[in-house]
Amino acid sequence: MEFLTDAGLLARIQFALTAMYHFIFVPMSIGLGMVVAIFETRYYRSGKPEDAAASRFWVKIFTATFALGVATGITMEFSFGTNWADYARFVGDIFGAPLAAEALLAFFLESVFLGVLLFGRAKVSKKFYLASAWLVWFGSCLSALWIIIANSWMQTPAGAELSADGTKAIMTDFFGAALNFSTLVRYSHTVVALLIMGSFIALAVGAWYLKKGRHTDFAMKTVRVATVCAIVTTCVMLVTAHSSAVTVAEEQPTKLAMMEGAYETESMPLYAFGWVDEETQQVITPFSIPGGTSFLATGDFSAEYQGLNDLAESGVYGDAFTAETVENLPVNAVFQSYHLMVAMFGLIAITTILALIFTYRGGRIKNMKWLQWLCIISPLFPFFAIQGGWFTAEVGRQPWVVYPAESSPAGVSLEVGDAYSQSVTGPEVALTIVLFVVVYLFLIIGWARIVAHQIKKGPEMSESEAQLMGFDASAAKAVAAAGAAGGAAAGAGAAGKDGE
Amino acid sequence: MTALGILWFCLIFVLIAGYFVLDGFDLGAGVLSPFVAKNDRERAIVRRSIGPVWDGNEVWLLTAGGALFAAFAPAYATTFSGFYLAIMLVLMGLIVRAVSLEYRVHDPKWGRAWDVLFFVGSLLPALLTGVAVGNIYAGIPLDANGDYTGIPLLGLVTPFTLLCGLLGLSVFVTQGATWLSLKAPKGSDLRARAAALRLPLGVVSLVLFAAVSVWGHFLIQPEMAPELGILRWLFAILFVVAIVGMIVMAKKGDSADLAAFLCSSASAVVLVGLLAASMFPNLVVNTAGENITIATAASSDLSLAWMTGITCVGLPLVLIYHVVIYRTYRGRVTEQEAETY
Ligand code: HDD
Ligand code: HEM
Ligand code: HEM
Repeated sequence: MEFLTDAGLLARIQFALTAMYHFIFVPMSIGLGMVVAIFETRYYRSGKPEDAAASRFWVKIFTATFALGVATGITMEFSFGTNWADYARFVGDIFGAPLAAEALLAFFLESVFLGVLLFGRAKVSKKFYLASAWLVWFGSCLSALWIIIANSWMQTPAGAELSADGTKAIMTDFFGAALNFSTLVRYSHTVVALLIMGSFIALAVGAWYLKKGRHTDFAMKTVRVATVCAIVTTCVMLVTAHSSAVTVAEEQPTKLAMMEGAYETESMPLYAFGWVDEETQQVITPFSIPGGTSFLATGDFSAEYQGLNDLAESGVYGDAFTAETVENLPVNAVFQSYHLMVAMFGLIAITTILALIFTYRGGRIKNMKWLQWLCIISPLFPFFAIQGGWFTAEVGRQPWVVYPAESSPAGVSLEVGDAYSQSVTGPEVALTIVLFVVVYLFLIIGWARIVAHQIKKGPEMSESEAQLMGFDASAAKAVAAAGAAGGAAAGAGAAGKDGE
Repeated sequence: MTALGILWFCLIFVLIAGYFVLDGFDLGAGVLSPFVAKNDRERAIVRRSIGPVWDGNEVWLLTAGGALFAAFAPAYATTFSGFYLAIMLVLMGLIVRAVSLEYRVHDPKWGRAWDVLFFVGSLLPALLTGVAVGNIYAGIPLDANGDYTGIPLLGLVTPFTLLCGLLGLSVFVTQGATWLSLKAPKGSDLRARAAALRLPLGVVSLVLFAAVSVWGHFLIQPEMAPELGILRWLFAILFVVAIVGMIVMAKKGDSADLAAFLCSSASAVVLVGLLAASMFPNLVVNTAGENITIATAASSDLSLAWMTGITCVGLPLVLIYHVVIYRTYRGRVTEQEAETY
């Protein structure tokens, strides 16, 4: 039970758990925010009852997801003070500003117009409702910008200097700090990842109805929108992913070495997959392209990168990173999470291309069971890529919270061991971890039930809902009938009961 | 202590006041819901009355927290880590409350569970906020690094801080009662029950306020900035005036519901003003050494200047959003609205 007293380790575990949980819902919120806005625009243009039902359907799934994003985000905001007090003292002069700006400029925007999305159908004009859908989405992309500014600053600090007494970082240049070396690269990579997520969720829902033979028109519409969004975002992803890798190679040599499991200095090979044996310091893999990673980063197969051992011996990192500490680095974990992300990109690209081809070639996807199945499970690919990506970025930053990057001002760095709250004991954190696990498990079950229920019910309107949206009752019946056309009448029956 | 430091001290309390007023009424409504709403339909009306606005209200808390981090990081670090378990309870409350509010309508099967979570999730923050405020005012023991050295959680609960918690709770609940009176359908039982609570809650708030002031002033005796004495008197009198005004309006019947709500909102604002005037220039009082003050905790002027710029852009926008949303949902909730949303 020794780990129960290791407050620092427990704080890391708690942060990892709560951040990764928050980031289950964030990608869905931002991704689906785009889907909602697109469907809302369609309805605004056509005014048809089936488009009304479709937009309402997405709004419901979106808001159920958004609620959990909001609820779990509060944990993250508080955690810097509760669990990382010494970190907060060190970075406050720089880090607090983007966080406050995020709340002031983005969260208010999202949350207020979410209020319109939730309850405003009958209260506001169609134009205002449409504008609210876009504003919520815009707000969430804006909030992502500010938080990624904060996160990027801890990866590649800039626009700051160490205070005279050496206890904290002081801002010297606001734009330098905000637009630090990695902000734009990491923001674009992350947002594109989230849009892929949104496209794939839409794709999966569409494919599920195709498989069930229900709501076929809605499903084909959805699949068409989704595949177009997916192909665009996947192409852009190649560019931003490449820049991410280049940025790491230039700025964070220890992270790059961990990502590729490189202990010795060499021109870096490219692995599709492998296993890092941390004892023997070897990567076990069936095949690799010698110099492949070097080529991707610099265009030159023979460019050499320093391995972990040489980085440790070079002395630039002082006591934080020495021959002894190299043994403790979670190299394999970073290697695996990085390669998971890259592998998932492969699956994403394949799925996107197949779905696109067979959707636009006379809608053949309608009869292709295997492709439908592939689409149904496909949201898992961006999901794992996103979690893997954050894991790489954050664990690869160890043993620092504020990383001493190549372009960073001297002395502006902080080790994880100096960052956590001294006044919070191990057992307290252990207790709250248990609490989080219980509450979070309960909530995700609640969420899954509601979303499953909405999907089963489908894009249909009850009569009172139809009236709320300004149609007469027959419109609701027409939509329900269209949905059941392919067979399963169960959905229509469920919709009738669901008036409340 | 620079001018910008003082400005941010004031701004943080402005944000806290915004939180007390706005989330005050929706937390209060949540605490009241099991007592005034007797069936599913009435509970739906309670939820619907705060549904469109609670998230925006809660963002005032996030902004206050973020601003404290940005402007006075040591104070943020000390309080959030020092009050660790209490903050976690508040957090759990806010989390389950947010989700129960959204999920209750879609999920009648788990209805009971969501109802209970909505109540508990509202009660925890409404009660513990006051306890936390009592602690920073009465003081906690800190070491040289600014870390709390007392007993976790239990060390924070003293008779005085508990009384502060009750005062906070009672102000929030009064807010909730005046809000529900304003929003519940005209002539409904729900409105009648909520409206009947306003007088007793107002009286309780006055009694608790008197107790906390006397105790806080004479028995705790922290050093308070002498030049702000007048301001403290002013805020204290205004608090009494606001509550009495609320009670008077409450007597007038449903045409004065808005006035009663505004009076109780005003009482929440002046209470925070009184707190600010009593704390200045301290942010956290230390019973074992130097206090954390504006001078020792403020961020650099460059950082504060940028934040001031961001606020000049952001705050007007925030106010516009609020006007838009409260105008959109003005008026009483109708029975039909509570059914379909
Ligand atoms: C790339 C995007 C991104 C990242 C890295 C994070 N978040 Fe987040 N966060 C969002 C994107 C987002 C969002 C999309 O804007 C959310 C999710 C759903 C929502 O309601 O807003 C949100 C909600 C959200 C909320 C609730 C806002 C409200 O009440 O409306 C808070 C307080 C935070 N987040 C704070 C954080 C912190 C402190 C993070 C750092 C660990 C963090 N988030 C990571
Ligand atoms: C939401 C996506 C994110 C995920 C999934 C994520 C994941 C993680 C993980 C796994 C850790 C533990 C690393 C370790 O200790 O080995 C961690 C630590 C941490 N992260 Fe993140 N992170 C995310 C976003 C952010 C952002 C946006 C910030 C800052 C603005 C941030 C700040 C921190 C801090 C302060 C720690 C604790 C110190 C440390 O262990 O290095 N994280 N995160
Ligand atoms: C060829 C494929 C890809 C490459 C080479 C790549 C490269 C990278 C690199 C090097 C990082 C670390 C950045 C840092 O530490 O600052 C990263 C992070 C990340 N990746 Fe990828 N990536 C790829 C595909 C994907 C895909 C398909 C997704 C999701 C759909 C994704 C989502 C993320 C996320 C969310 C992060 C964390 C945020 C960040 O640091 O930017 N990546 N990626």
